[in-house]
Amino acid sequence: MTIKEIFDSMDYGLAPESAADAFAWLVDQGSRFGLFIDGTFTQPGKGFESRNPATGEVLAELTQATQKDVEAAVKAARAAQPGWAEIGGTGRAMFLYAIARLLQKHSRLFAVLETLDNGKPIRESRDIDIPLVQRHFYHHAGHAQLMDTEMAGREALGVCGQIIPWNFPLLMLAWKVAPALAMGNTVVLKPAEYTSLTALLFADICRQAGLPKGVVNIVTGDGAVGEMIVNAKVDKIAFTGSTDVGRKIRQATAGSGKALTLELGGKSPYIVFDDADLDSAIEGLVDAIWFNQGQVCCAGSRLLVQESVSERFHTKLRARMKTLRLGDPLDKCVDVGAIIDPVQHAQITKMVASARNCTVHQSPVALPTQGCFYPPTLIEGLSPADPLMQEEIFGPVLVSTTFRTPAEAVELANNTRYGLAATLWTENVNLALDIAPKLAAGVVWVNGTNMFDAAAPFGGVRESGFGREGGVEGLMAYTRASEKPEPLAPVPAFESNDAPVAPGGLDRTAKMFVGGKQARPDGGYSKPVYGPDGNLLGHVGIGNRKDVRNAVEAAHAAKGWSKTTGHLRAQILYYLAENLAARADEFAMRIDAMTGKGTGAAEVEASLQRLFSAAAWADKYDGLAHGVPIRGVALGMKEPVGTIGILCADEAPLLGLISAVAPALAMGNRVVLAASQAFPLAATDLYQVLETSDLPAGVVNILTGSHKELGETLVKHLNLDAVWSFSSTDLSKMIEEASAGNLKRTWVNNGQAFDWSRDQSKRFLQAATEVKTVWIPYGE
Amino acid sequence: MDSQIADNGAPTPVKAPADQAAASVANASHGGLPRNPGMPLDLDWALGIEANTSAIERRCASLPGRRTVKKDHQAAWLLKAVTCIDLTTLAGDDTDARVQRLCAKARQPVRADILSDLGMSKITTGAVCVYHDMIPAAVRALHGTDIPVAAVSTGFPAGLSPFHLRVEEIRESVKAGAREIDIVISRRHVLTGNWQALYDEMKAFREACGEAHVKAILATGELGTLRNVARASMICMMAGADFIKTSTGKEGVNATLPVSLVMIRAIRDYYERTGVHVGYKPAGGISKAKDALVYLSLMKEELGNRWVQPDLFRFGASSLLGDIERQLEHHVTGAYSAGYRHPMA
Repeated sequence: MTIKEIFDSMDYGLAPESAADAFAWLVDQGSRFGLFIDGTFTQPGKGFESRNPATGEVLAELTQATQKDVEAAVKAARAAQPGWAEIGGTGRAMFLYAIARLLQKHSRLFAVLETLDNGKPIRESRDIDIPLVQRHFYHHAGHAQLMDTEMAGREALGVCGQIIPWNFPLLMLAWKVAPALAMGNTVVLKPAEYTSLTALLFADICRQAGLPKGVVNIVTGDGAVGEMIVNAKVDKIAFTGSTDVGRKIRQATAGSGKALTLELGGKSPYIVFDDADLDSAIEGLVDAIWFNQGQVCCAGSRLLVQESVSERFHTKLRARMKTLRLGDPLDKCVDVGAIIDPVQHAQITKMVASARNCTVHQSPVALPTQGCFYPPTLIEGLSPADPLMQEEIFGPVLVSTTFRTPAEAVELANNTRYGLAATLWTENVNLALDIAPKLAAGVVWVNGTNMFDAAAPFGGVRESGFGREGGVEGLMAYTRASEKPEPLAPVPAFESNDAPVAPGGLDRTAKMFVGGKQARPDGGYSKPVYGPDGNLLGHVGIGNRKDVRNAVEAAHAAKGWSKTTGHLRAQILYYLAENLAARADEFAMRIDAMTGKGTGAAEVEASLQRLFSAAAWADKYDGLAHGVPIRGVALGMKEPVGTIGILCADEAPLLGLISAVAPALAMGNRVVLAASQAFPLAATDLYQVLETSDLPAGVVNILTGSHKELGETLVKHLNLDAVWSFSSTDLSKMIEEASAGNLKRTWVNNGQAFDWSRDQSKRFLQAATEVKTVWIPYGE
Repeated sequence: MDSQIADNGAPTPVKAPADQAAASVANASHGGLPRNPGMPLDLDWALGIEANTSAIERRCASLPGRRTVKKDHQAAWLLKAVTCIDLTTLAGDDTDARVQRLCAKARQPVRADILSDLGMSKITTGAVCVYHDMIPAAVRALHGTDIPVAAVSTGFPAGLSPFHLRVEEIRESVKAGAREIDIVISRRHVLTGNWQALYDEMKAFREACGEAHVKAILATGELGTLRNVARASMICMMAGADFIKTSTGKEGVNATLPVSLVMIRAIRDYYERTGVHVGYKPAGGISKAKDALVYLSLMKEELGNRWVQPDLFRFGASSLLGDIERQLEHHVTGAYSAGYRHPMA
């Protein structure tokens, strides 16, 4: 085209970013890569090709790590870990700072390599991914520096196995590696097999930074290598990827004592209210679903528009789709790049082809003749019942429907198994701040979307996984309490001495406590409880599946509790303490009668203290306003987990229960308890205390019976959000394994004793809350 | 289509002999398109517009990273930018000779050898923009071209002279030969929410312009919020503005990308509902070739190709041309240029 012609047509033309330096780097490495273990690259071994999805060309040959390689990497990480922790916060901060600086110095090389390997537009890798990577390392250099003072009582987990996806290869590496290293862990990381190159360049950067050998190890390969890492002798697994694989990892690590964080899939709602800046909301959608070709776990892929503006909004949206530019990801003037792999492309194609009773609208873009491209797509007129409204497509495909009222918007938004992110657009601050807390999501963006920062925790609820990345919550996932717990011995119930029951006493057979009422066990069976001398103390019901079902139902019905104020919850906890204190002697005697240890009075006293602690915290365990680099706030709001099933401790039948329940209540959770299996009567005696303390019905539900049976039903119940087990029965593996069903949060004791005598309320508060990050950019 | 507009030239090469073709492209006032007839004041519509500042700023901040033009495309776009410039002098010390110099530059904004190396025929700037008293000098100096003279009017820049004098000023300027009138709105009508008064004022100005095209200067830097900018844009269009323009160049803050995005979206909204094309003119503070390219891409992205022509888009700028000239010479020679190599205005 001549300049005169362009002058008339005003076309954009090509604006390619040069890939010469990136190719030169690949060639310098021989275009073949080994693994990065113990500070050096191994000889390249048998492996696979890494391709550019935009052209199909082979970029390099990569090594498929073997079992031996993974073991060597873990061994190197294990050997390096004590020294790495030892150099202290400042020492680690200096290395993280050096890495951040090097990432900055080589930023364009990283960006171009990322785009070559992944197919995302160079604008995104250059302006979003790589700057966020740098920011993450800078931010965590600070966390390393502050660890000694701000993370007192916490220590590194040890060796962390990290498995990351292909959609943000270097960024996910940064999210995993930076906090792990900051807290004194060493890592074995596996990049996705489609996108390993920037991780290998990062390994090179680690060498340049003089990072001690073995602190960062990078092994390449497919899912089989991931499995090896999951099963290796590591202390933690951090995984970002699909919900299916996350579930498998949950099962595989069950009972191993390995810490686990999972950042999984999503079908995030994008809500547009009628008073929104519609044009801006549409531009936001471009960033929500056509960012990174929609291959984003938190992509706003489910559009919910208020009916009154739906037609206008969709008209504007279809118009906007016309100006999206798809093509060579290295072109600086391209919005939508290549799909990662033909396999993913086929999956997207198949899902879109399955759409029924709807309108499919695609951007009128010319698809390049080679490479793996899919046009931006809008599917209108779907209903929640349509599979495409429920299932993650992981491509540039937006599905949409309408709502009538804010309440319906929330209902539709939360009608999903996922809970990663949500976006809402309104100019009404009341509406925004009312809706944000109601959305089941770990991240909520108000009048914006896909905003990320190292200081703002990111992660999901429900089947989008658990654990947070970024902020202090992210650090918690890479540290543990410094104490060394003792093994927990099983606490068996006492047997009968077969003596005849003394006549004359009035029978008191405890029922279950469900929905604020005492309820007979569904099965109609009871069992006797004996004291240490074998004398009968009373009977308790044997809870079964139906009792669990009823209790969970009652807990759900009590959802109003989660909306009460901390002040009110504190009042009720104080009242509970008051009523328990009034009967302190009776409870102490009961405990002594059951355990024979004579510690009853001390246990009651400590329980009262725990109730006071929880009451104290109820209005003080505050969220944060994160210092994110925008004009606005990112609020870290602490929300109740929801409904929690708790298998109460046997060794401290009252204190164990109160220690766990009080903080859970303080944070607004509803609980279903399985009373101490061996000594259940302290729990059943509580019914009357609960009944007289203004606690709304269903907030606390207490079952008696076998921890194993009750625990199994609880942990499999798909409408329960978390299960904690302090049972002296060894159930940790079972619980973690079965929790994979709806990926509920678990806290198990792994056969280790918990020191109930110390006030550890904060640990319970932490487990009883989810952090929701609400991004609120502002400005008029 | 009235004769005035036809005289102003259309971007279509209907009438022009070869040597005039480029000039006619450049000098279009509203070529080929019907003028905005205006419409009754619709406050539900105007006041229903929302403008989320943060989101608008984000869009503007990311646009230069999303769109870029290189090499020949960049040169062609810069040439287009030249044809969209309202070459302006609005100084108290303006003289006839000074205006004459400016007009000479408007006739030949880019050195002939550079144009020839770029394979382009003659181009001119979009208009020359002066105060009322300078109109005769400008008209004389531009005689024989299709370059319109634009006059700032209505008590520019504050717009606080008596209303009848402001209306009369328009008439005088049109009589003196101005084919485009840049009026200033009464900011107080916006700030006090007196939308009817704003509409009536604009309508009166438009009527006084007669065949001359009217650009409504909103003085966005004094309107307080982007929402006000959006509302004022819409109401001025309803009252018949042919162009909406950001600034006088005399406010503390003049043209910005966020303000532009809001005004451009208002233009789009108006077009979507009425089918009428209204032009856009950012003014003040645009002095770099690179900025001009971003503005052009903003227009193209939000409004489409039709709006990156001088009949619908103008830059109000005085120093922008110099930077573009240097960039164009760089394109031709591969060497960075110097200001003194290009004839001054």
